[in-house]
Amino acid sequence: MSHWFMVTVVGQDQPGIVARVSRALADGGWGLGESSMTRLGGNFSIMMMVEGVGDEASLAQVMEPVGSALGLHIHIDSIQAELHQHPSPNVQIRVYGADRTGIVADVTGGLAAAGMTILDLNSEVSGTDDDPVYVMILDGFVKDGVEALDRAVAELNKKGLKVDVEPIEVLMG
Amino acid sequence: MAVLQILTYPDSRLFDVARPVTEFDASLQQLVVDLQETMLDGAGAVGIAAPQVGVGRRVAIVDVGPVLDGDKKRKPKSSYNGFLVLVNPEIIERDGEVNGREGCLSVPDYTGNVLRADSVRVRASDQLGREKELVCSGFESRAIQHEMDHLDGKLFLDRVISSRELFRRKTYR
Repeated sequence: MSHWFMVTVVGQDQPGIVARVSRALADGGWGLGESSMTRLGGNFSIMMMVEGVGDEASLAQVMEPVGSALGLHIHIDSIQAELHQHPSPNVQIRVYGADRTGIVADVTGGLAAAGMTILDLNSEVSGTDDDPVYVMILDGFVKDGVEALDRAVAELNKKGLKVDVEPIEVLMG
Repeated sequence: MAVLQILTYPDSRLFDVARPVTEFDASLQQLVVDLQETMLDGAGAVGIAAPQVGVGRRVAIVDVGPVLDGDKKRKPKSSYNGFLVLVNPEIIERDGEVNGREGCLSVPDYTGNVLRADSVRVRASDQLGREKELVCSGFESRAIQHEMDHLDGKLFLDRVISSRELFRRKTYR
């Protein structure tokens, strides 16, 4: 019987990481599900859903040689994947503000209290060193509709952040 | 009157370029009626094109009324030209670009973000051969472009710019 694992790989970016990691997994008989790779501050990171017949230890053994060779940190978690749901987001939030500590906590705290679940989040510090600007875009789902977020957003806008809320309407045709 | 069977990806007929309509006869009028029934049968659909039911003719219908009339307080920005029958449609002007989320009756498991012209001027005939020109914007413009893509053998999947913009709608297996 096969099992799903979440494999997280973090390390200094260099060409060929994905190729070598995926080759090691394929040669070891492990298949990939969803994955997401990104570079954060120049560091390589990937999360992969990995499926195969075997336990955590056998998966770790397959990953160890490539991890050592490339100096990567590898983390493995057993997960439940076969019933995973992908709800469609119904709201997109865009946040801009002068960078300071706590923007994400303020924004997501207010939105969570108003009933929103985050489905996707990306953020970036842009602007200049002297004048950094924080930009965050997140997709979410609010059961009671976008209006449920109005008060929370008004509060955040009072704190000097620019928070835009845009309903997402999926076109079906 | 009949609800027709909808072809789903990867049926190769979805990739064929549909032929122009030359006879505005009873069979065309029947096709339009059947397309309407089929569209209304699909949950939340705002349009459908003949190739989606295996008819390789340049015929599509669009009606975004149900979305604009819904009980949601915030509706997508959109023109509304009523129930549209588009035979041999052509886009003769396009303006602006906007990103939005699309799904498709022929691609049941995914939604994705697609860039479309914000407004279009369309020339088309109706089922009786009367030519007309329409200016559509927002959600209605997106629906028309989505349906007209079907006439050229294209699905929204062909226009999704990155896998990050593609979202699985249903259960993961």
